[in-house]
Amino acid sequence: MSSLATARPATTMRSKRRFSFGWAVLNLNVLLTFIFLYAPIIVMSIFSFNASRQMQVWMGFTLDWYARMIADERVRVAAQNSLVIALVSTIVSTVIGTLTALALERTRFRVKRMYEAAMYLPIIVPEIVMAIALLVFFNLAFTWLDQFFGLKLNFGLGTITIAHIAFSFPFVAVVVRARLADFDRTLEQAAQDLGANEWQTFRHITLPLLMPGIIAGALLAFTLSIDDFVITFFTAGVGSTTLPLEIYGRVRRGITPDVNALSTVMLLASIVLVLGSLLFQRRRSF
Amino acid sequence: MSAIDRVRVQERSLGWHERASERIRQSERVRALFLAGPGGLWLLLFFLLPTAIVFAYSFARRGPYGAVAWAFTLENYARLFDWLYIRVFLMSVWLALLTTVICLVIGYPFAFVIARSPRRWRNALLVLVLIPFWTNFLVRTYAIMLLLRADGLINNALQWLGLIDRPLSLLFTPFAVVLGLVYGYLPFMILPIYASIEKFDFTLVEAAQDLGANAWHVFWRVLLPLTLPGVLAGSILVFIPSVGAFVTPDLLGGGKVVMIANLINQQFLTVRHWPFGSAISFVLMAIVLAATMLYFRIGETRRI
Amino acid sequence: MNRPELIQRWIRDWQQGRLSRRELLRRVTLLGMSSFALANLTTACTRSQPTPTPASTEASPRVGAAIPDYVDRSKLDRELNFYNWSEYIDPDILTEFQETYGVKVTMDTYASNEDLLAKLQGGATGYDVIVPSDYMVSIMINLGLLEPLDYSVIKTIANIDPENLKPYYDPDNTYSVPYMWGTSGYSYDTSVLGQDLASWKEVFEPRPEVRGKVVMLDDQREVIGAALMYLGYEINETSDDALAKAKQLLLTQKPYVLAYSSQNNDDLLVAGEALIAHIWTGDALMSEQEKPTLRYVIPTEGCTVWQDNLCVPKTAPHKYTAMVFIDFLNRPDIAGRNANYIMYGSPNKAAREQGYIDQEVLNNPGVYPPPEVWKRLQWIKDVGEEGALKLDRLWTEIKTG
Repeated sequence: MSSLATARPATTMRSKRRFSFGWAVLNLNVLLTFIFLYAPIIVMSIFSFNASRQMQVWMGFTLDWYARMIADERVRVAAQNSLVIALVSTIVSTVIGTLTALALERTRFRVKRMYEAAMYLPIIVPEIVMAIALLVFFNLAFTWLDQFFGLKLNFGLGTITIAHIAFSFPFVAVVVRARLADFDRTLEQAAQDLGANEWQTFRHITLPLLMPGIIAGALLAFTLSIDDFVITFFTAGVGSTTLPLEIYGRVRRGITPDVNALSTVMLLASIVLVLGSLLFQRRRSF
Repeated sequence: MSAIDRVRVQERSLGWHERASERIRQSERVRALFLAGPGGLWLLLFFLLPTAIVFAYSFARRGPYGAVAWAFTLENYARLFDWLYIRVFLMSVWLALLTTVICLVIGYPFAFVIARSPRRWRNALLVLVLIPFWTNFLVRTYAIMLLLRADGLINNALQWLGLIDRPLSLLFTPFAVVLGLVYGYLPFMILPIYASIEKFDFTLVEAAQDLGANAWHVFWRVLLPLTLPGVLAGSILVFIPSVGAFVTPDLLGGGKVVMIANLINQQFLTVRHWPFGSAISFVLMAIVLAATMLYFRIGETRRI
Repeated sequence: MNRPELIQRWIRDWQQGRLSRRELLRRVTLLGMSSFALANLTTACTRSQPTPTPASTEASPRVGAAIPDYVDRSKLDRELNFYNWSEYIDPDILTEFQETYGVKVTMDTYASNEDLLAKLQGGATGYDVIVPSDYMVSIMINLGLLEPLDYSVIKTIANIDPENLKPYYDPDNTYSVPYMWGTSGYSYDTSVLGQDLASWKEVFEPRPEVRGKVVMLDDQREVIGAALMYLGYEINETSDDALAKAKQLLLTQKPYVLAYSSQNNDDLLVAGEALIAHIWTGDALMSEQEKPTLRYVIPTEGCTVWQDNLCVPKTAPHKYTAMVFIDFLNRPDIAGRNANYIMYGSPNKAAREQGYIDQEVLNNPGVYPPPEVWKRLQWIKDVGEEGALKLDRLWTEIKTG
């Protein structure tokens, strides 16, 4: 352990001397990429303060669009729905996805190859096909459930969430699996030699080491859910509108700056969350 | 011990072994069921079954007012053997490949830097990468359009800098579509690669350097092979959705860049020829499945 | 301060734009007054005091919003599900319906007829009122998706212009009531191209300076239809000959086309990146507001006319209330306010004649064309399966060419 601790600084120092030009290029890449990622967002935020309805010319600073957005009940309901669906979908997808990744990497069973191939299907299938397939399926299912069990279900937040989980968890599985692939099993074996059973090994050794991959997967699942349009549209029911649906519908009449205002608010909220968690982490670290 | 006794002891220990392996196999099966079950069930019910229905559609006929009339015919697939449609398939694969390569070139170094940053910063940096994607996709795409326009920021900046005289037509071109796709799928490349690099043992780098390897060798011979799972995962997660994108080529391509999903959309919605749309979808899926299997093949041979 | 005084102060605030209409109604309802009494008070105030006019949609004098006698209140449900295009109704109208009839209206939106049909065909239920376009109504009738309307409840159909009634897709208006209508001509920048463009020629065989600055709608039927009309054919023509000529024309036009887009054409016009755009009436009006040098033209060779309609699906859970809602929407004042808000052509003759519609819009010949222009307008109709496939193939060839 101690040798590793001293080895690390030595590597960094040496690599800094040797690869300083390389590091400059790498850091430049990071900077440019961040600029690339944030430029459209910043443009969008700037125009949320624009006094003109069109997004061409700058006509003066105003907060009107924000006022309009806050007063807009449809947007509020849509935002709420989107968040709830995304949260539920993320949690369930992450759990199922992690289990699936473990299944693929750590177990053997006869139909494994087929299972593996099937796991990639939701990633492959075009959204529109999956959307219509789900629409037809749910309809058939509801009719059948009604006929045989008298259970009257309908399209709504539930069907949307189910659909979201269906297309999210394979993404989580892929990400977690990448992490599992060359996992150092000696740590686990050591734990078992010391007397830990399977569950304990998993909980105290495997899971923490897997955590970065799981978190990465969860973030992906959240992102997928909160922005989905096509599948959501076809599996939504009466009154269950989400943000993408609402915005896409309005786009037909031209994007108005109050939509920009909403996105800017979401952006600021996310940034605040990140800063908050960073501060929180700092407090907790030793 | 006499020979016979030794044989008897052996038989008994064989039995014990057999029972043990049987128990291990059983517990393996239980474990497999527990781990693979939830995913498998969800997939079966909410994905495979619906998809099977659509597959059945691809052999049907178009109803009098659209949708589906049950019959069995291969005409939908036959229609696809036409240069008109093959050209669209090729264009989509080409654009998706470009997107994947660009994402790799940008994303790998990016993931590397994040994975090597101080531990505290890593999660925050990852989230910073994802934050732009928590705003709405359409709003972002419109913002990109704004930047790329003839009188958009980029053209204005280039002209102001004196690099060009007249505005470049950036928008409504394949260039814009690839830009949009890269923008949309970059995190899908960064996250898996990050996950892979993050657990990489960097003492191996030091060992390689001790053996006289330069930076390039370290990367090509040590780092890349061992982070290949992440690279492969990222590539799949970018290539496949790119090949099936339709809002991006529609908006950023100005309707002039037609990809497969646009074609499918056209069939399901405008012409309401669901069987033909289903057939196109399934050919797309076949192509992509082939690509996926190719990736796996590469992954397996490289693994050693 | 007693109640009436308080309300009078609120009303004055509202007239001066310091209070929104919704807030005013909310406060009054909290005070316990009925909307009817408020309406009387409001009209009394507006008549007695010369006040600065508030925002344009509020300028029209209000008619007492009472429930008519032919409506059976006992049959009204507590809620209604309205499935409409986005931004295609003044939200205040929904609130007013709620406050007058006591029915809560939930509105969901869709972005194209095909989305609507796909939803209904896929089996989604729960929508009470939908707004399909002309050809979609005929398809839905043929698929048996629509409920016949009850005209003992929808008496305001009398307000509709006879020109808009008895359309080809629903000759007796059994299933549909006209909602809004418009045309698909083109808009161009007069400051660059001059005042007197009038033919499709400018779009399909454009001047050299327009190269790369033409925007077309992203719609098979509209674009191919326009080409056919320019070539002298009927918009619903599907003969191989005609289509071959149309294909030739559209392919030679392609280098001049900036984009095929039904959403961004107005944006591009206002920005000056496009000089000519194939566009719908409402979008044309909006862009003219932002850039007055734009002008909308109904070409001499003709262009498409389309009409959106209010219909009730067979699977609607609140059929009676749905019909009442349709009746409400066609009151002159309501229809007028609606038309002013969404800037499309209103088929409601009473609204036009009783002055509920903005003068400026009424005088725009692009929106309310004179009768001789009506003759040049053609409806897009369903062309059957074979025709649809030919058109689809042609469209794909053009877009990928």
